[in-house]
Order: sequence, then structure tokens, then C-alpha cells
Amino acid sequence: MLDKIQFDHLKMLEAESIFIFREAAAEFARPVMLYSIGKDSSVMLRLAQKAFYPGKIPFPLLHIDTSYKFPEMIEFRDWYVKQIGAELIVHTNRKALADGANPYTLGTKACCGFLKTRALLDGLAEGGFDAAFGGARRDEEKSRAKERVYSFRDSLGQWDPKNQRPELWKLYNSRHHAGESIRIFPLSNWSELDIWLYIHKENIPIVPLYYAKEREAVVRGGSILLPQSGVRLLPGEKTQRIQCRMRSLGCVPCTGAIRSEADTLPRIIEELISFRRSERENRVIDHDEEGSMELKKREGYF
Amino acid sequence: MATTANVSVFTPVAAMHLGGASRKLLRFTTAGSVDDGKSTLIGRLLYDSQGIYEDQLASVRASRINRSPGAIDFSLLTDGLRAEREQGITIDVAYRYFSTPRRKFIIADTPGHEQYTRNMATGASTADVAVILIDATKGLLPQSRRHAYIASLLGIRHIVAAINKMDLVGYSQSVFENIAQHFNEYAETFEFETIYPLPVSAVGGDNVVRRSQRTAWFDGPALLTYLEELPLEEDDASDGAVRFPVQYVVRPDARFRGFAGELASGTLHPGDAVIALPSGRKTRIKSIITYDGELDEARPGEAITVTLEDELDTSRGDLLTGEEKPPSVSRTFSASLVWMHEKPLEPGAYYLLKHTTRTVRARVKRLLSRVDIHTFAEFPAETLHMNDIAKVEIEATLPLFFDPYRRIRTLGSLILIDPVSNATVAAGMIDGTLEKSIHQPLSSAAITPAERQQIFGHRAAAVWITGPAGIAESVERSLLEQGWRAHLLGSEFSEGEWRGAARALRDAGMVAIFSGAGEKNHRRDHASQLFSDNFFAFDEQEESVTDAAARIVSTLRKWREG
Ligand SMILES: Nc1nc2c(ncn2[C@@H]2O[C@H](COP(=O)(O)OP(=O)(O)OP(=O)(O)O)[C@@H](O)[C@H]2O)c(=O)[nH]1
Ligand SMILES: [Mg+2]
Repeated sequence: MLDKIQFDHLKMLEAESIFIFREAAAEFARPVMLYSIGKDSSVMLRLAQKAFYPGKIPFPLLHIDTSYKFPEMIEFRDWYVKQIGAELIVHTNRKALADGANPYTLGTKACCGFLKTRALLDGLAEGGFDAAFGGARRDEEKSRAKERVYSFRDSLGQWDPKNQRPELWKLYNSRHHAGESIRIFPLSNWSELDIWLYIHKENIPIVPLYYAKEREAVVRGGSILLPQSGVRLLPGEKTQRIQCRMRSLGCVPCTGAIRSEADTLPRIIEELISFRRSERENRVIDHDEEGSMELKKREGYF
Repeated sequence: MATTANVSVFTPVAAMHLGGASRKLLRFTTAGSVDDGKSTLIGRLLYDSQGIYEDQLASVRASRINRSPGAIDFSLLTDGLRAEREQGITIDVAYRYFSTPRRKFIIADTPGHEQYTRNMATGASTADVAVILIDATKGLLPQSRRHAYIASLLGIRHIVAAINKMDLVGYSQSVFENIAQHFNEYAETFEFETIYPLPVSAVGGDNVVRRSQRTAWFDGPALLTYLEELPLEEDDASDGAVRFPVQYVVRPDARFRGFAGELASGTLHPGDAVIALPSGRKTRIKSIITYDGELDEARPGEAITVTLEDELDTSRGDLLTGEEKPPSVSRTFSASLVWMHEKPLEPGAYYLLKHTTRTVRARVKRLLSRVDIHTFAEFPAETLHMNDIAKVEIEATLPLFFDPYRRIRTLGSLILIDPVSNATVAAGMIDGTLEKSIHQPLSSAAITPAERQQIFGHRAAAVWITGPAGIAESVERSLLEQGWRAHLLGSEFSEGEWRGAARALRDAGMVAIFSGAGEKNHRRDHASQLFSDNFFAFDEQEESVTDAAARIVSTLRKWREG
């Protein structure tokens, strides 16, 4: 048995992502990074730091806060952004919240529409951003596998999957008219396993919810939910202590935990190797209907 | 910073899964005619190598659509768009990933339909290997040949000829050998480094991940094993030539100026002599900086930031090269072009050309020949339509620094962008400089102001600079180096001469630069009237000459972009 594991492919992925960051920062007038606080965002941030070192990241971060995020996420966000000296913009669809937007009465589809998609489009328009980096990976979902690194959006933020610009070599086309924008995915070629190996190799801080711990939880329809902001107990439901962790982070009502003992990065990686189910399975939103992610993306969702 | 993780933190089983040796990336693309089974093969490969999660598989099982003879339609694992599922064809490239302990694979599953040939070229542009499928019941079709040709054009050196649907021909050895021989003969002209003919059944999984009992007569490795073992020797025909396109200037404060980019070829060390193009000035590498520490050596593909011994006015789009083996520097060159847009090529019209980190205006000056992809005969053409391939002569408004595509991919590849719609309309592979360039005016009519603007890439403007000596000179130099038409007008003229000269510069479509310090106010007022909306005044007091000039140039660039 060899005593070292070399991850040459991580170096290649890293160089490719850095190239994309620099290219976009050079060619767009006003780029922004969509920061969602999750593991992919953490990796994106580190790659951006590397791209512009010893300078600072030359664009702000934008967090679309639905107000239903885990409190630990917000705490982590504020601490980490300060720690690395980045500029953070938080945007929330206050009007929809004031009108009572929540996943229970609206359904997850409409709720996402108001608090994520609409809020994102408004946040981008407000800041006058012509390019937005996102942490999406092509291995996450079948319609993402079809997306370019530079994903062109019309003036309404919509994606036209049948009419994408050809993308050859590393010659990205950043040209767009006023009002149009481009979403940029520097992690396109990374897999979930690559992300975790990189977090481990680089010692990148992540939200503690990713680590297994005994947590107060409620089991509802096969999902393990944490009764925090936005999740109310239904009549007859009781919480219990469950050893669990989050595989991906989203809104409290729509993101389930998984039972897990993995409380360190190597254990998380080992657990991942043994998984037979995808990370998005614990997200309620992708399963609304067949091809639902593609539909959401056409409308402007990330 | 260590690039390795200690294995002891993983259990032996996990360590084995993660790979005992260094794991590299291999990129491959599928190719072939419509319905050859490309997507099915990739789905099968992912499934058998456990690159598919159960919930993703369940959604395929539950799908209303199944065109395959088996229980699972594996093509649905990669045909992710609704339209694709409904029509049962691949429309756009899908990128899929999986890894084994030995390699991480990036797969581009491309469409076979002729209408989408350009998407096949897209997938092929970054691939190390092309897996060309051939339907055993149909034999070699024109589209499979066309794809072999495009693969060779894009510099792919390894081909797997996967002869698929062997189940439908009773796993017949003679059918396989017939097609394999046919393909070999045909592909000989393309000078691929390796060609591996392989009998498979994507639906049955024969010879995909494991060798099949049903083709006992065949003794080669299964597809996956072959791809895992294919030697990935440094794919380097550059002969050590140093090429570093400057991508981004890192300027955290006035003391530090670093040039960031990806080393395209050669190796770099602190102390190495380099030449900056287009200025041609010589300097040395002072340091190679990364977030993880300074490097003693940078290798091709590495993302680095270099600092230089001398303060040169270098910016994005410039190229650092070694003293030996310089690139070609020319405004005209020949290239192979793949046309990718419904709107045909307008010969003689100006497009934006992106090459490395540089974007310039350029036109297809001559169509040397169009390639008939059935016979590969070359014949003259008036224009190019979608999916056409041609040899052309390109003329840019300012010099490019390039190498032939065959030698260094990054320095020989380009795209053309329509300046009005912004669509990417063509991809090009540079062949080289022209033996003798034929200069032939397309028309004898006088140049109109609009044409002049199109050729120059900008309108006339006046730039009035007040501040320390040297800024105006530096702005003039940068603009010229970056292909602008600019002139710094001196102040030694009489009033009448000065006014005449200023007007002539405007009518000639130039960027007229005035060093305003010694000038009289009424001259400034006059220039402002003369150039009206395109008059820009800069008052630079404290800053260094280089910084001020760089800022002025960047403001002008924004003005030019609109
Ligand atoms: N019998 C048999 N059928 C196959 C095999 N491989 C693919 N098919 C069938 O051939 C048809 C086309 O398969 P696809 O995988 O969609 O073909 P493709 O090459 O990806 O097609 P395009 O992407 O549209 O060019 C489907 O009905 C498959 O089920 C095989 O090995 N044996
Ligand atoms: Mg297909």
C-alpha cells in the first residue's frame, strides 16, 4: 500500500477554476459571486482567493437570504466573510415575506419562485451585475449536465437550453448586450467527492451542520427535519435526538438531514464513497415534477 | 503546501477506492451517427462503474419513455433535456463524470444528428480521446467519417472505434472485423496515434466495463480498462517553447504588480529571461507566486502569477515568451474554420476574434477552399454555412502572437464572435503564416467614415491629459500597441496649424492625444467642440505615470466597448 494519495486531478480542476475566475473578472464590468454558504460556495471562495492572490477578491459576494436558512449558516457566513475580508451583499425578497411567503401555504415550487428565483433576479438587477458566479456542478442534476461554463441569460434572466453558445477550448465568450447577463460556473467539472477531497486537502472551513452530531430532530414522511426557523411541529409530532448531518444545505423546511456517524472530513469522504443515492435527493424541490430543475432554470433559477 | 493527503486518515477500503497512485484526468468525447448508441453506451458505462445513484436510476426506470430493448433505457441518464427525452435524440453536449481508483473521467456525450455537428466539435475541442461509435448493423456511415475527420482536425490523437449493437448481429466476428478494417483503412490518412476497434453492446454491457463471454474471439480489454490504461504522456508538441498569455493584472497596492495567467507551454523559473509581446521588451522573471507559496518552477497548465524584474507596461492580452523559439507574429494567417451559426459567413465583414486572452477585430479575407466531408475534396466556396469546414485566410486589425494549432493548442485556437448579435459563430485552428499574403482590395469605392470605424475598431476621440510629463506618451504607446489608431499632437504649432491638424486627426478617425499642461485653455475648448461627445479630459496629479496611463487606457477601452 502506498503511504500517500496524490490527487493530481484536483490540481487540474483547481487550475481550470482559477482560469475561469480570472477570465471573467477581466472581461466583465461588474461580476458578483453568488454565495450560498454551502460546501461548494466554500470551495469557490477559496479558489477565488487563489485566483487573485496576493490581491483581494475583486468582486462582492451576494447571498440570497430566504430567511428560512439555518441560523448556523448565517452565523458561519458572517464570521467567514469577515475573516477573509470579502464584501458581502445580502438580498431578501421582503415584500414576498411580508405577504406571508412560506413553503407550507404556497408549496415549495411557488415559495422557491418568490424567495430564490425572484429575489436572485432582483438582487442582480439592483447591483447592476452583468455576470454572476455560481457553485453549481454538472454532476448534480441532469439538466445541469447540459449547461455551459458561461451560461447566457436573456434580459429576463432566462436560460434557453436549445440555443446555447458553443463553448470551445477555454475561449469563453463574455459578450452580451445591456440587460443580458451571464452565469458562470467555475466548479462545472467538479464532483461531490472532488469537493470534499479538496476541502480536506485545503483545510477549508465549512458550516458545522455538515458534521454528524446528535441533534433535536423530527421525522416526517421519511425525512429528518430540524425544527428550527420556519419548521413548526404538526399536531402529534414529537422531536427526538438523532445522530445526523446535512449532506447539502438549503432552507430549513425543505432540506432533510441524513442519519450519519461521520463527524470528521475523512469519515464524510468515506461515507460518500459508500453512498448509493444523490445529494439532491434530500432536497424537496427537485422532485416536484419530471424535469423540474430545467423548468426552474429556464425561468432564471441558478 | 503539500499536495498530498496522508493515507492513514482513511481506512484501507476507502484509500483503495480513492486510488493508491496519482489519479489523473482523462477527457473523452463520443462521436458517431444518430442512434449509434452513444448516450446508451455512456449511460451503461456510468451504471456499470457505479457512477449512478439509485434515485437517479429510479427516475429513469419510472420514466414513461423507454426506447431500448432492455429494462432500463440507459440513454436517459445523459439525455437530460425534456426535448431530448421526447424526441429520443441528443441535441446538446452533456458532460458526465465518474472516477475509478486510477482516473477521473470527464465525458462529453455529443449529438450524432447532422444538424448538431458543431456540438460534436465543441465536445472534441478539449478531449484526449474520441470514442467513435459505429452501428454494427449499418456499417460505416458518412457521419462517422465526418466525425473522425473533425476529431483529427481538433487534434485528438487517440480513437476508440466502438462497433456497437453486436447483439443484433449475433456477436459475429466477421461483421466486426469487416467494419474494423474498413475504419482503419479510412482513418489511416488522419495520422491518429492509436486506433482501437472494439466490439460492444451498449444495451447488454458487453465489453463496456467487463470483457464479454459472448465475444470470446476478441482478446482486447474492455472499454473502461482501455481508457484507464491508455498512456497519457505529456501531450506536448511545443518543444519547450515558453508561452504565457497574460490574463489578469494583479495590483493589490502601488508596490505590487503581478501578471496572472495559465502557463500554456514550456516551463518558467525565477530568473528566466522573457520577452513581452507586443512591445518586444526583454526582462526577467522575478518570482512565481501562488496562494500556496512561491514556486521554483511552473509547468504547463499551472495557474500562476509572475512578477518581472523591470516595470513594463504589460497588460491582459500580452504574451510572455522565451527568448528561443518565438511565436509567429502576424496580422494575417491561414486557418481551418468550422462554421457554427445559422447565419452564414459574410466574407470581408469584420468579426471579433478571440485568441488566448486577446480579442481583436478580424475578417475572413479569403476562402481558400471548402472541405467536402464526404469525399474530403477541397473546392472553392463563396461563403460558409452552418457545419461547413473550410481553409481560410484571416486578417486581423492588429497582430496576433500564435503557433500552429498542431504544435500548441492554446496558441493556435480561436473563435469568431458576431459583433452585433454577440453569438459565437465559428471555431478556428491556425495552420500558420501565409507564404505570401495576397493583398487584394475588395472594392475600389472610397472608404466611408463607417467603414473606417469598423476597420479601426473605434471612432475618433480627443484625450486631453493634464499631469506629470510622460503620461500622454505612455497612453499613445499603449494604444498603438493594442491596435488603436492614435497620435499625440505636439504643441509647437501656430494656432492655425494646430486647428488644422486637430481637425485632420478627427476626420481620419484617430484618437488625438493632447498633453494639456502647457496648452492654452482656448485650445482645450476648441478640441472639446471639435470632438464634442468624444472628448475626454483627464487630470492626473499624484499617481505614477504607468498607473495613470493604464487607467486612461482602460477608460478608453470601456468607451470603445460602449
Ligand atoms: N440492440 C441494441 N440497441 C441499442 C444498443 N445501443 C443502443 N441501442 C438503441 O439504439 C437507439 C439509440 O440509442 P442512443 O444511445 O440514444 O443513440 P445516440 O447515438 O446517443 O443518438 P444521438 O445522440 O441522438 O445521436 C436506442 O433505441 C437504444 O436503445 C445496443 O448495443 N444494442
Ligand atoms: Mg445521444
